[in-house]
Amino acid sequence: MAAIETEKQRGRYAALAIAAVVIVLGIPLWWKTTETYRAWLPFSQINELDSLQLQLSVEVEVVLSRGTLSPEQQKKVPLSQTREQEHQIDAKTVLRYRYETKYRTATIMEEDALNQPSAQEADLSLHMLSESACGSVVVYIIPETSTLLPADVKVYVGQRRTALLRAALFEGTAGLKEVLSTLEPQVKQVVDTMSFSHQDILAALSDRIRVGQVSKESLADSMRAIKSSPGYEITFSLLNPDPKSHSLHWDIEGAVNSYIQPLLDKLNPIANFSVDSQILYYAVLGVNPRFDNSVSAYTLNADSLAHVINPVEARLGSNAASSNPVLNFLLYVPDAQHSPLFIRDHSKREIPSNAFHSPRWGGIMVYNVNDMYGPEAEFPVDINISMSKVMGVFLAQLRLMLGVQKTQPPPGFVLQSAGSEGLADWELDRLMWSRSVENIATASTTITSLAQLLDQISNIVINDNIAQQVSSAVTSLQAAVAELEAGNLAFALQYSREAILASERAFFDPSLLHLLYFPDDQKFAIYIPLFLPMCVPIVLSLLKIANEIRQRRADKLAKKD
Amino acid sequence: MAAVGVFALAALVLSCKCDSVEKPSDATGAGTGSEAERSGPAAASAGSEAPGGGAGAAVSLPDSCEEELLIRPLHSGDIYASFQFRTLWDTDFLHQGKKVSHYRLFPKSLGQVLSKFSVRELHISFTQGYWRTMQWGQPIVPSPPGAELWVWFHNTVADVDGNWKELTNVLSGIFCASLNFIDSTNTVQPSASFKPLGLGNATDHRFLRYATLPREIVCTENLTPWKKLLPCGSKAGLAVLMKSEKLFHSSFHSQAVHIRPVCKDWQCSSTAWELRQTLNVVFDLYTSGQGKKEWSLFKMFSRTLTEACPLASSSKVYVDVTDNPEGELFDLSPATSVLNTAVVLGDRRTYSVYDLTQKETFGQLRSLNLVLRWKGESGDMLRPLLHAERYVAGFGLQTGEIHTLIYNNHPYRAFPVLLLDSVPWYLRLYIHTLTVTSKTRENKPSYIHYQPSKDRLRPHLLEMLVQLPPHSVTEVTVQFERALLKWTEYTPDPNHGFYVGSSVISALVPSVVAMDTNNTQERPLFSSFFPTKEESSYFVRVYTEPLLVNLPTPDFSMPYNVICLTCTVVAVGYGSFYNLLTRTFQVEEPSQPLAKRLANVIRRIRGVPLL
Repeated sequence: MAAIETEKQRGRYAALAIAAVVIVLGIPLWWKTTETYRAWLPFSQINELDSLQLQLSVEVEVVLSRGTLSPEQQKKVPLSQTREQEHQIDAKTVLRYRYETKYRTATIMEEDALNQPSAQEADLSLHMLSESACGSVVVYIIPETSTLLPADVKVYVGQRRTALLRAALFEGTAGLKEVLSTLEPQVKQVVDTMSFSHQDILAALSDRIRVGQVSKESLADSMRAIKSSPGYEITFSLLNPDPKSHSLHWDIEGAVNSYIQPLLDKLNPIANFSVDSQILYYAVLGVNPRFDNSVSAYTLNADSLAHVINPVEARLGSNAASSNPVLNFLLYVPDAQHSPLFIRDHSKREIPSNAFHSPRWGGIMVYNVNDMYGPEAEFPVDINISMSKVMGVFLAQLRLMLGVQKTQPPPGFVLQSAGSEGLADWELDRLMWSRSVENIATASTTITSLAQLLDQISNIVINDNIAQQVSSAVTSLQAAVAELEAGNLAFALQYSREAILASERAFFDPSLLHLLYFPDDQKFAIYIPLFLPMCVPIVLSLLKIANEIRQRRADKLAKKD
Repeated sequence: MAAVGVFALAALVLSCKCDSVEKPSDATGAGTGSEAERSGPAAASAGSEAPGGGAGAAVSLPDSCEEELLIRPLHSGDIYASFQFRTLWDTDFLHQGKKVSHYRLFPKSLGQVLSKFSVRELHISFTQGYWRTMQWGQPIVPSPPGAELWVWFHNTVADVDGNWKELTNVLSGIFCASLNFIDSTNTVQPSASFKPLGLGNATDHRFLRYATLPREIVCTENLTPWKKLLPCGSKAGLAVLMKSEKLFHSSFHSQAVHIRPVCKDWQCSSTAWELRQTLNVVFDLYTSGQGKKEWSLFKMFSRTLTEACPLASSSKVYVDVTDNPEGELFDLSPATSVLNTAVVLGDRRTYSVYDLTQKETFGQLRSLNLVLRWKGESGDMLRPLLHAERYVAGFGLQTGEIHTLIYNNHPYRAFPVLLLDSVPWYLRLYIHTLTVTSKTRENKPSYIHYQPSKDRLRPHLLEMLVQLPPHSVTEVTVQFERALLKWTEYTPDPNHGFYVGSSVISALVPSVVAMDTNNTQERPLFSSFFPTKEESSYFVRVYTEPLLVNLPTPDFSMPYNVICLTCTVVAVGYGSFYNLLTRTFQVEEPSQPLAKRLANVIRRIRGVPLL
């Protein structure tokens, strides 16, 4: 009897040992051999980025020129003030603006500069004196009596980062505090014009936040502008549907150099641009223009413009050498039978520029040549296209596409028209502010959605290079946010561009595509012939052992009783 | 020793280097600025035969284009139509620092590719069908079935393989073809067979990449992007004839793009870039036309010609009338008095020329529909001097033998040929079994370049210089073993077999008539594709058939069956093992032997005590 009992005991131990081997050795081994390689990702940092808390710091320097302060007021300057504004956009987005305003009196050299006869010259000589950092604003307060500005002008915004503000002379009775507090709203208005406004930043974030919060105009502006990208390809195409009658010549190289390139050079911190051009023959518009007897010309209505682009686009060809977004500018010369051709707007009026643009795609201009030759001309007619006319239109369209909006100045403001570059420093700053914010928002959205995707689908292999890209994107993002906070706009933009590049590379990495995906039901259908016969005896004997133990316990209790 | 010999020969065969153009980049750098030199190509391309042809010649422009259609009735009754479009551009894509970005006639997409990947020469062809040399003679532009791509990179390129990989992907997008399947397993660097066709004496084959995709199916989706590269698209000029439903209803269809630097003018003082687009079709009108041997442009293309491309400086149709000097064989209408003779592929041919830039070509109907009616039977075709065929011999799925037969039909001249074979790694060549025999005697190749394959990395490359005796067949055989592939490496239809690309035979064939070595003289485009260096011989490239080889193919449900079977076996083994280990064993009372039990039964009956 005892021998049988030991034998039973041995059987039980064997079953337990086998169960232990299966659980301790077998299951981990199976797990290890069938798992997919997933490199570590900084999920916690990504989650932090998901709730975007941006602080934008602007350095404002207010220079009080002679005659605006009384002597005892002057003694108390320099001093500095900090003003903060916080906007809770939604649960995940908080914007904080921080204006660090430094007040000081003008130096002698600056006084000299301000004594120039005109505001323009003053602006130039102030620029020669000191170059202000990217993103900062300098406001010179000039006395009411100054002759720099015409009588009805309150504020003059120069080509660089300086503005002249005319303020009433403060009588000695008021303290400096009161003086500055009366100045502050005016300075704020200037800074909002020259730096960023809340609406601009909201428009830059339009992908993240609900539409209702952004004003209609800035939303339209931001939807017209092409998405922020590290590089753009600008393609000028001359469409000549009728090479038999028109032999067209355009000096595109010279025109690009003299009209487009200065603007692009100026915009260099924002993105890399490459410009090319082509001539397409026998390229026609997608719609047939209608002949209007009243003006004896062909007309294209605003409603039909939507159908113009598609057939042409097939001929344009994509850029084979890069994957940056393309901005197309088409110059369409109507064929001799369909000339002249005019574009009409919704109210049936002819558009003076004879051009239109398509948001985020580019622009089309119709260039009529029928009045350049008489009826007796011998075909093909050699025609030289006047590039200044064409480039004026294209340049305006390009500015729209790039998001360089025409700022609507508040009343009493005079904006100095920009020089040969077509873009003032402060306009560039405005663009840089909104582009940095947009880049940060886009990159953080990309990274968070990638992290979410990888988190949800556990079968995707995450290679080391992806992990590396993700972490570099995260570090660049953090650096960009930190630089924004510190007010270093140029660095912030630089880091945000790096972040966007790294995040896109990670997101579009081809190795994420071949997902080792076997549905669970199929996997287990294959495993069942192994798992079922193995697990059933183990489970049954474990149950039996447990039953026996329970039985023995019950017996013991019964005995005790 | 042999290697030196072959390089000398290869240089002789293929490079058209003019001594005056040793420094093309310098010359072009100077040339772009000078107006006087700019007028060169326009004046030269306008030519003597087409005075004032088109708008291009009127103003001096740095680029020009020409178009041309050659129609040759073949002896088999088929019609061979060969389109050639050439765009010349006086620019330098490889110039350092200055980017070429303003395009006129040259397609922008190709220009961008050239400058981005520093391509010196690019040759790409898509072919459907096999060119039957024995029936049709030599083609104007040879091409193997499927897709072929060979590229010379500029010698400043550091990462040639990286550039090549990216280039194939970009070209795959441009031509809507599966060129992205080109990888290291089907790319080779031939040492002698593919020399640059344009200017420049590059001999360092590290900058050359050659790949074929014999399986590539060519269809309309490849033709459309190809037509888009033409300056006039398919809207005017000869390209209106290209209706895809007609072009692909043919025995042979081949379209190609060749880009190379060439001499700008006859003095060769500077270089220009040449884009040559060719399209070759063989129509089988004999069988589809109810046995009537007659053709017209309308019958072939279901279109007629009405105008030249207004951008082209020359636009011509050539019809080969060599066999019909007196008009006894066929009638060609409308008749033309303009005849042109050109030496093409070692043969002096006569062509009727129709110049589309002249108004009178189109007659009163304002359209040109060439019609050819046969009157008598044509004589036999001269056998082509060089042709080749190839097949796989052997049985079973383990080993096999590749036979390549090269025919020299010249009655008394021997000449050397370069044979290039690129065999995928899954056919393991036994290179020690390589034999070359002609006229039952061993023919020792004077140069052999062999690069063994690496599994899943690179193919075999075999190049040989073989001397072909006159009037002989030379047979090259090599045995191979079929490798077993991993189950994911099989194509979706593995039982169809695996393609092995064509062998390439490049040779200088002795010519019957003196070849025209003056490259710069005004000649039809089709006669100037391969530059000729010698008067006595001409260059041909012959492609053999691609091979279709069966590999041992598993049953693809096998992995699952194997998994299930093994699992069951393991489970059964495990079950008995488990039973053995966990069952309780008891000592059983030994039972009495049978004799004893029987005895006891009897004893019980008798009433005696039991044992």
